[in-house]
Amino acid sequence: MHIDKYEKFFMRVSAVFLGLAIVALVLSVVGHKAALPEPAERIDPELVRSTAPFDEPGLYELDNGDYEAVLVASAWLWDGIDEDFVIPAGSTVHFKVTSVDYIHGMLIPETNINAMVIPGQVTEVEATFHDPGTYTLLCHEYCGAMHHTMGAQFTVE
Amino acid sequence: MTQTLETPTGDEAISADSDTANPVVGASGSRRLPWAEDIPNVSALDMRPIKWQFTLSLVGLALGALMGIMQAMERLNVNLYDKTPLSTYYQGLTIHGVALALVFTFCFANAFLSLTVMKGFQRPLANRGISDLSAMLAWAGVIFASYAMLTNQASVLFTFYAPLKAIPAFYFGAALLVISTWLVLLNMLLTYFAWKRDNPGQHVPLLAFISIISYMMWFIASLGIAVEVLGFLLPWSMGLIDKVDPQFTRTLFWFTGHPIVYFWLMPIYVSWYMMLPKMVGGRVLSDGLTRMVFIAFLLLIPVGVHHQFTDPGIPFSSKTIQWLLTFCIFYPSIITLFSVVSGLEEGAKSRGGKGRLAWMLKLPWGDPAVAGQLLAGLGFMLGGMSGLVNASYTINLVVHNTAFIPGHFHLTVGTAVALSIMAISYWLVPYLTGKEIWSRKLGVVQVFMWFFGVLIFSRGQMHGGLHGMPRRTMINDATYLDQFGSWDLANIMTGIGGTIMFLSAVLFFINIIVTLTRDPDRVQRFIPVAQVRSKLENGSWMWLDDIPRWSAIAFVFSVIIYGEVFYHLLPLNAVSKGLRLW
Ligand code: HEM
Ligand SMILES: [Cu+2]
Ligand SMILES: [Cu+2]
Repeated sequence: MHIDKYEKFFMRVSAVFLGLAIVALVLSVVGHKAALPEPAERIDPELVRSTAPFDEPGLYELDNGDYEAVLVASAWLWDGIDEDFVIPAGSTVHFKVTSVDYIHGMLIPETNINAMVIPGQVTEVEATFHDPGTYTLLCHEYCGAMHHTMGAQFTVE
Repeated sequence: MTQTLETPTGDEAISADSDTANPVVGASGSRRLPWAEDIPNVSALDMRPIKWQFTLSLVGLALGALMGIMQAMERLNVNLYDKTPLSTYYQGLTIHGVALALVFTFCFANAFLSLTVMKGFQRPLANRGISDLSAMLAWAGVIFASYAMLTNQASVLFTFYAPLKAIPAFYFGAALLVISTWLVLLNMLLTYFAWKRDNPGQHVPLLAFISIISYMMWFIASLGIAVEVLGFLLPWSMGLIDKVDPQFTRTLFWFTGHPIVYFWLMPIYVSWYMMLPKMVGGRVLSDGLTRMVFIAFLLLIPVGVHHQFTDPGIPFSSKTIQWLLTFCIFYPSIITLFSVVSGLEEGAKSRGGKGRLAWMLKLPWGDPAVAGQLLAGLGFMLGGMSGLVNASYTINLVVHNTAFIPGHFHLTVGTAVALSIMAISYWLVPYLTGKEIWSRKLGVVQVFMWFFGVLIFSRGQMHGGLHGMPRRTMINDATYLDQFGSWDLANIMTGIGGTIMFLSAVLFFINIIVTLTRDPDRVQRFIPVAQVRSKLENGSWMWLDDIPRWSAIAFVFSVIIYGEVFYHLLPLNAVSKGLRLW
């Protein structure tokens, strides 16, 4: 089969380009700890409210100075974030989240937090908050008629 | 692929290098078999199901565009939902997604690729009854699903993730629509085997080959959604099963949900590869390479996990494997870019075009069928680049489920596909009805409007997405809107761009409807199909043609790659009864 010489050149350049993109992404994972959620544990949504730690959602300080945020997503609230949710700038927060009804999505704009919250699964993600200010955790997966009201604010000071 | 219709028909003959899309001839042609010179033995009965499918496709476009303008106006703080029978923004968005992503695209594929298979093989499809049944099922499916959506009993968006639970009519309708595509494939395969029996040792005509590969790809791809709907969601919604596993059904959805994109795109690739060059006076660059590009899509079905990078239940291994495979898909698209542009350049240069890029001006921009597809291709280049962003593993964290994604796919399916379909309509409607397009000038204005509209629209959505604006959200009513001043610009651009797109769609429909009121038998029935510059000889590279073997390889490969995913998801975690909160 005959392949045009310019086309051959084009195909080679494209292959190199895609190869470089792959290398760059591998570096972002290895070098910068950019991580995706991985399977943590399974849980029955009907038992979430009575299972630790989800029976007492909220912000907890850990021994090493980091924080753990235990959240329960339900239509259309984030249980565990209230006015007491205040963290000092520079702290790392480990989020532990599950849903009691629909699939929800957790997005905190201007941070690395972007993950799905799926009934039956526990989502674990973490972020370090360097800049003081007000942050919003909002739901980015459709979860019924009032989905656009599912946001919660917290403070980094 | 003979060009029967280039034979002169007396004084009104059209020279072969003029705009061949819909040349006018006298009403002298045979009335009984108006297509017979293009495809031997094809009668009005063979065209009937194609017309019905194509009509349904355009109904989907019209309905979707109506919902689209309401979404765009919402960004400008104009709530049209209060003024219509629609209950919520999300009811409208469900209709928008289903009508455009499923009905418009599937029915167009059913119509268009049935036609290209007939043209390629130079014979009607093997069984007229199957084509009729397919068209009936498509209509029935759309009626069932529309009932569910219009009565607000299925506001689950076009992805219908469990535990969102619609009434059975919705899943049933979706299943019928998918089965209608399977019937089209069945008829294509019957035709393929019949042709092979009559033509031993010959290469399958390129046009027919790439059309059938597209449908074979879709059949394997659709098995995920088929198992999801027939095995889980439909019985669950009927009360036969108590609970389903949301992570698992969602994974089945995305098994299909990624290659569904190929199914939207491949009919358009058929047009870009085989027809667009003809319309500008060029040829197809390479027979073998074209076949390989289509086979590559068939083989690269199992990459759907790249839509689930942020899912908690999918392991690192599956995400990494499918991410690497995803990067392979850009390759056939890059080759397509070269091949199609090369065919265009040849055509433009034969029309007197000169220079490295200046030849582009010599393309027949005055023909809406050409201009629309050229602009669609340009949009696709931008869409493809933003797709590279989405697929980039960790960078996906920045854009996943944000407005960046609608920004991306209104360039791909919303322009590369939708604008091409509108452009193709400018020759296909005359071809099917014998009526000449009412205004070609209006057509050109229309396609340019869509293009500039979507550039503004997508730029707005992408801007919002990069500043954390979620998608699938009634943004102007969001309780957190005042936290994000940077979203204002995004909303204004989305609103303005979306309005321009909507007006463009209105012009399209005006043009088509007025065309339908005109006298028939005004045009020569002729599907533009280009010659191939570098042909394959009979006897060499015959293995490239073996559709059953490629399909088997693709199937086994999909099972292996997804076996790895399902292995991690088993045993099922059926925890969701389902509920309705809309
Ligand atoms: C009249 C022109 C159009 C306008 C104004 C428009 C507007 C929009 C907007 C604003 C959204 C985002 C909604 C949200 O995330 O909340 C959207 C979503 C969408 N659009 Fe369009 N659109 C148009 C045409 C199209 C076309 C031609 C297609 C495909 C062929 C298409 C396919 C989709 C799909 C699949 C979604 C996603 C629905 C979902 O997230 O469930 N749109 N559209
Ligand atoms: Cu939500
Ligand atoms: Cu995909």
